[in-house]
Amino acid sequence: MIISILTLTIIGAILGLMLSAVNRLLPYKEDPLIKQVTEILPGTQCGQCGYAGCSQAAAAVIEGEAPLTLCPPGGPSMARQLAEILDRPLEQQSSDDIVLPSLANVISEQCIGCTKCIQQCPTDAIVGAPKQLHMILDEACTGCGACVEVCPTEGILLAEMPLTLGNWRWSKPAKPNPFRTPAISREGIA
Amino acid sequence: MLAVNEYLMLLLGTALVNNVVLVQFLGLCPFMGVSSKIDSALGMGLATTFVLTLATASSWLIEYYILQPLDVEFLRIISFILIIAGVVQFTEICIRSLSPTLYQNLGIFLPLITTNCAVLGVALLNSQKGNGFLQSLLYGIGASLGFMLVLVIFAGLRERLALANTSKLFAGPPIAFITAGLLSMAFLGFSGLPIE
Repeated sequence: MIISILTLTIIGAILGLMLSAVNRLLPYKEDPLIKQVTEILPGTQCGQCGYAGCSQAAAAVIEGEAPLTLCPPGGPSMARQLAEILDRPLEQQSSDDIVLPSLANVISEQCIGCTKCIQQCPTDAIVGAPKQLHMILDEACTGCGACVEVCPTEGILLAEMPLTLGNWRWSKPAKPNPFRTPAISREGIA
Repeated sequence: MLAVNEYLMLLLGTALVNNVVLVQFLGLCPFMGVSSKIDSALGMGLATTFVLTLATASSWLIEYYILQPLDVEFLRIISFILIIAGVVQFTEICIRSLSPTLYQNLGIFLPLITTNCAVLGVALLNSQKGNGFLQSLLYGIGASLGFMLVLVIFAGLRERLALANTSKLFAGPPIAFITAGLLSMAFLGFSGLPIE
């Protein structure tokens, strides 16, 4: 009894010591930029960008493989943040094709209050109780669609977020403004 | 000279005739999971080769220098698992600092080598057969070479299958499983070789 406990403990301790020594010898240098970008991304690993997870997406954005607007849940504000960090111009779209993130919506006639979606939601954006109508908090929903898959009555659908003052923005003029006079330098006036 | 020949036969026999994946059906998880790209299949094969060889050697040492002298053979499985987990962790640390790209490609399958039953299976078979140290080592190397060979062959097949015009019902995993079965049947043909 004691011999077997001691044997396993000693084997484990020796392995642990060896591993920590190796870890010291071969330090892992994570790219600080990748870490920074990964922190900005939502981190729900929803895979809407087509990459395996948020850290892979971060690496792809940094290398320029993926556009700054790759993350639908992050939306325009996150794309702007990414543009700032990576010092890359944000490809401006016309106001017609502002890509708004999709959000989940409960169809109240279909919801039977089974709480399956609540258990799936990675961001705890669904409130509700058994046999009660569920509701989705738009502020917390990332539009990952995990709830849509589990709903037994097709009572949750993804729909594009409504355009509001909070997410609407001016589009850039397509041509340079002809009425805009070139800036006069102060020295010129004085 | 005869001894060298014998060892070569052992190597060939474990790699082809008693192939771990296609004949003994061990380690099917990475066989299906990491075989969609040749590059990552090769990386996985190399990582498994490294782990398997190191794990067979160290489990032989544990078996004959710790478990048997102390008369605690019932700890065999748990101590082998411990060793394998340690070796996998070691491999992970090495790959992470030497080749971050490979580390990203292998993803979750690298720590999952721990649960690759081929690794534990080979170690247990060695102690069951009572192989000597060199024999065990060769058995491990042969098994892992066989594993890598099959993984790379299968990845190549799947890369072509991805481009092939498969019927919609069979596209993706179904045709991959059928291919794996055919490959296994092909490997059974090696049992006709005059190697034990």
